[in-house]
Amino acid sequence: METVLIRGAALACALLFAPLLIGTINQTKAFFAGRRGPPLLQPYFDLWKLLRKGAVYSRTTTWVFRAGPIVGLAATIGAAALVPLGGLPAALAFEGDLLVAAGLLALARFFTVIAALDTGSAFEGMGASREVQFSALAEPALFLAFAALARATGALSLTEIYGRISVAAWMQSGPSFALVAAALGVVFLTENARIPVDDPNTHLELTMIHEVMVLDHGGPDFGFVQYGAALKMWVLGSLLVGILIPVRSGRWWLDGAAALEGMFWVAVGVGIVESVMARLRLLRVPQMLVGAGALCVLAIVLGMK
Amino acid sequence: MTDLLLVAVVLTNFVLLGSSRLAACIRVAAAQGILVGVMPLILYHDAVSVRTALIAAAGITLKGIVFPWLFFRALRDVDVTREVEPFVGYTVSILIGVGAVAGSFWLGSRLVVPRPVPSAFVIPVAFSVIFIGLFLIVSRKTAISQALGYLVMENGIFAFGVSLALEEPFLVELGVLLDVFAATFLMGIMVFHISREFDHIDVGRLASLKDWTTRRYKS
Repeated sequence: METVLIRGAALACALLFAPLLIGTINQTKAFFAGRRGPPLLQPYFDLWKLLRKGAVYSRTTTWVFRAGPIVGLAATIGAAALVPLGGLPAALAFEGDLLVAAGLLALARFFTVIAALDTGSAFEGMGASREVQFSALAEPALFLAFAALARATGALSLTEIYGRISVAAWMQSGPSFALVAAALGVVFLTENARIPVDDPNTHLELTMIHEVMVLDHGGPDFGFVQYGAALKMWVLGSLLVGILIPVRSGRWWLDGAAALEGMFWVAVGVGIVESVMARLRLLRVPQMLVGAGALCVLAIVLGMK
Repeated sequence: MTDLLLVAVVLTNFVLLGSSRLAACIRVAAAQGILVGVMPLILYHDAVSVRTALIAAAGITLKGIVFPWLFFRALRDVDVTREVEPFVGYTVSILIGVGAVAGSFWLGSRLVVPRPVPSAFVIPVAFSVIFIGLFLIVSRKTAISQALGYLVMENGIFAFGVSLALEEPFLVELGVLLDVFAATFLMGIMVFHISREFDHIDVGRLASLKDWTTRRYKS
């Protein structure tokens, strides 16, 4: 009974606390700007508001547009079930589940993009094109990071890999882990459409990437999109936290608390980055992503002594 | 500790390949010079002799302070555009750098060394620094960035020498440093003259020095 509860804990944390990440980021940004900022629970209020509304669909769209948010959210929940939270095991774990997790995230992105294209809007097409361009470069970096971690720990399932990243493992192959963490940080910022790649607050179609793709969704659909985005941030953030916070005591509550604190600091870190940095020029983004891939290759090479 | 230092050296290489500002490149090369200069102290931390300390001090002073200062002076005097102007784009440069690192690790695993080295990574990292320095020389247009590539290559040679032969490196090292010193000096003078004659230091245009009429090129 207890093992079942522990196995569900990571997924439950993801489902419950994911919007809190956005709230924490906004609070951090407000603190740096000297404002009060929206309440910490504002993302939940927004979701509740959106879920009670009705949806409006354009007559030019087809079922693809309606399926986009639902499939996207379902695939992201699937990925969340596969990703462990630090020392807490994931709800599902099997050999090679890292490929499935990355594939589910890709499926969610594919449906967001195709729903954006289905509207026939020029701006949404532009956003879709950028999203696909950047994620095509972010995905190799993600896979190389997984390869480096699998190589360093000798396991092929995310739960096992992250279970073996401990303080002792850091002592042994610290440089590799640090490089992979830096690369995953870049992937995290890119995939979640944060500064320096995309600005979540901008409302100019010419400069938006992620936001522009979901302009035509409304009501519950938009709620699904928002919730899916928060969940995706949680999933990629827990990949990052699992490396950076190597607390593996074997006691689930201690590991879980350390990982949750790590998530909090990741959100604060994103807020700080957004407060002190400007967006990169679009031309520089691929270079940054290729650099992240280069870091992972270096980590793999270091692991092959 | 050693591994962290070596990883930092490789990271400076990637920054050099990816950044477009000449001043930033000079600063990063200076940082790399200091990292490489500290290397003898860290590699042989259990037996630091006076000579090791001297080599490290000389390396840090020359590579970390004197050469960057010369470069910045050249940059100021010549008054060029502050961009690197590569023949090969930055993204492709980084990919080539990855290839160079992978290749040097392969080479390092094949190379038979006469005596045991302090860390398995030293020789591959030294090779990768040499290769990337060479690549910087051939792939950048302005004379200053080529001199910078030469300096990076010398960092690699220094690292290689330190890792392999700390007994005999002093003479070799002096010779190499003198080489670089002369090269930087000459480059500085050359850069200065070229800038006086043609208002730019783009070596791609040296090809158009064919005849007297090219002087009109000036305007």
